[in-house]
Amino acid sequence: MSEQRSGHIREINGPILKIHLPGGRNGEQVRIGSLDIVGEIIALEGEDAVVQAYESTEGLRPGEAVEGLGHPLTVELGPGLLQGIFDGVQRPLTEIAELAGDNIPRGLRIASLDREREWSFVPTGELEVGAQIGAGAQLGTVQETETIEHRVLVPPTVSGELIDLAPSGDYTLESTIARVRDAHGEVHKLKLYHRWPVRQPRPYSRRDHGVEPLITGQRILDTFFPLLKGGKGAVPGPFGAGKTMVQQQVARWSNADIVIYVGCGERGNELVDVLESFPQLEDPHTGRGMMERTLLVANTSNMPVVAREASIYVGMTMAEYFRDQGYDVVMLADSTSRWAEALREVAGRLGHMPVEEGYPAYLGSRLSAVYERAGRVETLGNTRGSVTLIGAVSPPGGDFSEPVTSHTKEIIQTFWALSKELADARHYPSVDWVDSFSQDVDIAAGWWAKNIGGAWANRRIQALSLLARDAELSRIVNLVGPEALSSAQRWELEGASLVKEAVLQQSALDDADSYCSPQKQFQLLELVMQVFDRGSELITLGAPVQELAEHPVMARIRRAKSTWRSNETEDLGEFAREVYSELSTLRSEYASSQEAAS
Amino acid sequence: MSDVEYRRAEAAQGGLLIVRGVEDVAFGDRVRIRDHRGRERNGQVILAAEGETLIQVFEGTDDLDLDNTWVRFLDQPLSLTVSPGLLGRVFNGIGEPRDDRPPIVDGEARGINGSAINPAARNYPREFIQTGISTIDGLNSLVRGQKLPIFSASGLPHNRLAAQIVRQARLPGEASNFAIVFAAMGVSYSDARFFRESFSDSGVLGNVVMFINHADDPPVERLALPRVALTAAEYLAFDLDRHVLVVMTDMTNYAEALREVATAKGDVPARKGYPGYLYSDLAEIYERSGRIRDRHGSVTMVPVVSMPSDDITHPIPDLTGYITEGQIVLSRELHNQGVYPPVDIAPSLSRLMKDGIGKDDTRDDHPRIANQLYAMYAKAQEARNLASIIGAEELSARDQRYLEFAKDFDERFVGQGEDENRSIIETLNLAWELLSRFPREALTRVSETDLAHYHRSGDKAA
Repeated sequence: MSEQRSGHIREINGPILKIHLPGGRNGEQVRIGSLDIVGEIIALEGEDAVVQAYESTEGLRPGEAVEGLGHPLTVELGPGLLQGIFDGVQRPLTEIAELAGDNIPRGLRIASLDREREWSFVPTGELEVGAQIGAGAQLGTVQETETIEHRVLVPPTVSGELIDLAPSGDYTLESTIARVRDAHGEVHKLKLYHRWPVRQPRPYSRRDHGVEPLITGQRILDTFFPLLKGGKGAVPGPFGAGKTMVQQQVARWSNADIVIYVGCGERGNELVDVLESFPQLEDPHTGRGMMERTLLVANTSNMPVVAREASIYVGMTMAEYFRDQGYDVVMLADSTSRWAEALREVAGRLGHMPVEEGYPAYLGSRLSAVYERAGRVETLGNTRGSVTLIGAVSPPGGDFSEPVTSHTKEIIQTFWALSKELADARHYPSVDWVDSFSQDVDIAAGWWAKNIGGAWANRRIQALSLLARDAELSRIVNLVGPEALSSAQRWELEGASLVKEAVLQQSALDDADSYCSPQKQFQLLELVMQVFDRGSELITLGAPVQELAEHPVMARIRRAKSTWRSNETEDLGEFAREVYSELSTLRSEYASSQEAAS
Repeated sequence: MSDVEYRRAEAAQGGLLIVRGVEDVAFGDRVRIRDHRGRERNGQVILAAEGETLIQVFEGTDDLDLDNTWVRFLDQPLSLTVSPGLLGRVFNGIGEPRDDRPPIVDGEARGINGSAINPAARNYPREFIQTGISTIDGLNSLVRGQKLPIFSASGLPHNRLAAQIVRQARLPGEASNFAIVFAAMGVSYSDARFFRESFSDSGVLGNVVMFINHADDPPVERLALPRVALTAAEYLAFDLDRHVLVVMTDMTNYAEALREVATAKGDVPARKGYPGYLYSDLAEIYERSGRIRDRHGSVTMVPVVSMPSDDITHPIPDLTGYITEGQIVLSRELHNQGVYPPVDIAPSLSRLMKDGIGKDDTRDDHPRIANQLYAMYAKAQEARNLASIIGAEELSARDQRYLEFAKDFDERFVGQGEDENRSIIETLNLAWELLSRFPREALTRVSETDLAHYHRSGDKAA
């Protein structure tokens, strides 16, 4: 169905049009009217079709010509993706700004990837002309950025006999770098890039399970609610709770190879923040510029709503493409609620029967289909790669029982619930330790035990139960006042406050603390829990809670996270020993005075 | 085609007019309607189909009949004629003069919907604006190009606060150079008069463009008003290099007009009867603020959103909060205690504050002291809750101190005169004065250097 066919507009209702186009297919791309704007067929009715347009339809008239392009929405996959910023249908925004100025014009035809630029291609050494070559096999490499080697793969739809392969050299995207003859004798010219339809998941050999946690450098995430590489996570929170900050911190500091940040219906200024700040940041895992592994998809809230719906699929397809090269990819979708609202908006204009809060009945299935594209797989080329998907959710009024949050909760493995109360008290990241969960703590524990410290799992549980006790005791205090508590209980309150302030709170704006290595995370947790344990012992020996709580060393423990950086763990360890010895001194004082008393 | 008048009206209700049998009408085009008494009304095509056209009539459909209604399609989108002559003028929601002066003709007509700013062409807002109000400057700083709404409710002094911001806003150390675009949707005559007098008293009237739709003007016109006003703002900012402060009041009236038309059109309702596209629609308005690379001017927005029944989770403030870069929330409780401006700092937030403050912009300790104030205020609220249960006398010495701090904070830091214009340094010094009642060990969010510099405990004097 590659032939182009023409028709005309029958009706325009905002972004939704009715057109006359015989032989249209659901999902097919169309070019509309004299403005030449792009849209996609979403329903068929006899010879008529319903189209959603990716651009504003203002000024279109019934009767104007429509052209069916014969293919669905596709993206270009090849060198030049990284460091780029694309809109919801993969048009390059920087190039558009150079071409068309400050605002985005309509009907612009522009290639996603630069056709002029030459890339230095190195063919895979062991490939021999005449050999059989499978889909997903690596033809060669291109050094796309200083850190990322772009692996040029045989597209998933092609396999057969390798007729020839280009030698090392500089090539543009359109140059043929290999030819493959398939089983039917057809010869495929392979280039540095290929296209893939965004709504169709890219194939892989088989699914694999997650084996190690994604390290984000955020204590509350890594230590308390770990997410695996290839996992699915959600960050729900009312406005102002810090969803975007959490997502940006993950984009900044996580130990993924590739980060794809999809700004879906969010603020323009936040994307500019990423664009301006990332090039100045250094990846703590490689020491290279952060932007070299990052790519942005930006469909801000004022850009057309239909392209917002497409943006998640566009981001996901690019993520799968890097996964197929054997990379660990993190895709952040901020926010999936805006994506769901785009669905709702289109469904509303089509007159679909609303079910919950105006959302169409297919909300749940569409959401699961998106999240299920994440995962760790064995690729067609027999390497392993993963896509970790982290979706922000923006529940209206912060109500987690609304449809998008509740459907999401059923699909994901890790839930980082943000709390308005914590954010209001400027406790950041405002991840609520009661509502959040991770289903992969066991696998993560294996990794921590092997790489960082065996006590991780225990310490984590102890800290969480201390926080739970704190919630319980605080309720009592609120009813009858603190006098009703025993010393041990009051010490538990102090301990919980220490966990919150010295471990959980982490400032994204503090240079020393913005990223916290697993080693430092564990040290801080260990320090606080040791202090709590030793303190409990002191309390039983008769030390007053007040004296312990106001001991000068406590303020230093609270500041320890920003006093020592991730590469100063030795000094932090030295400080911990100093603290323990102070507490030991206290202990011997109280022990001897107790002996003396008895 | 723009000279032909059609008498083909088929239906008229709820601000909408259906015309049949007219071909070649463009979606979004402007329409002129003449009624049986010869009066002209304005409209816009909101659905264009073969043989059927749906028109939204800004002046409403009251008193229209079907036989004597004449429709002319003007073959152009709804637009505003922009020129430097806009300043000092008053218009209605669709850009027609309402100050008895002639319309602006010698300028360029611009479509009111604008087109989305390319995110790659934006500049990140980072220039601190001093409003002279401590709760904003110190704790929720406004920067040029930001959109920071005031969440208020009926009976609270949001208008006085907005007017004070307009009067006092400037970059520290500079004279005010803001041009002001005032967009009033469904406001009472007294509110409109209050703003006009306030602009006039502070002598800025020549720097203001007003777009006014009163509470008894047709609601459909409110749908065009913010777009018209922002077209003027963008022109002043990006063509004339002005820094523009846009005050929009009240966005709740706007959203209600949107619901009214959506219901008449038969759109599927999402929450509380508002259409599913309310978010996108509001975003089209709010996202027009910002800074653009290589352009000197900026559009800073301070919309007023009144929360129906004081409910911050109501769809209008809720969706607004998801689009804007923070919010200033007013509290009825503080207002009843006589505190002006009654800013409730806990739910208030400025997302762009982090890059506009600190060493090079305000003062080095600013981010940390703001953080510390928030932390102390949160603890003070806990102490207040506790005091309301067990009585203030039963509180520990530590909690008593928090209680005193909270009282001082509300009265001296939050509260200030309507004409009191505090510099950022005064605000920060006041913060330290209030926090110095706590021992240094209790202030863990500021650095040791900050403590040495600014903490006013006895040992520093020694």
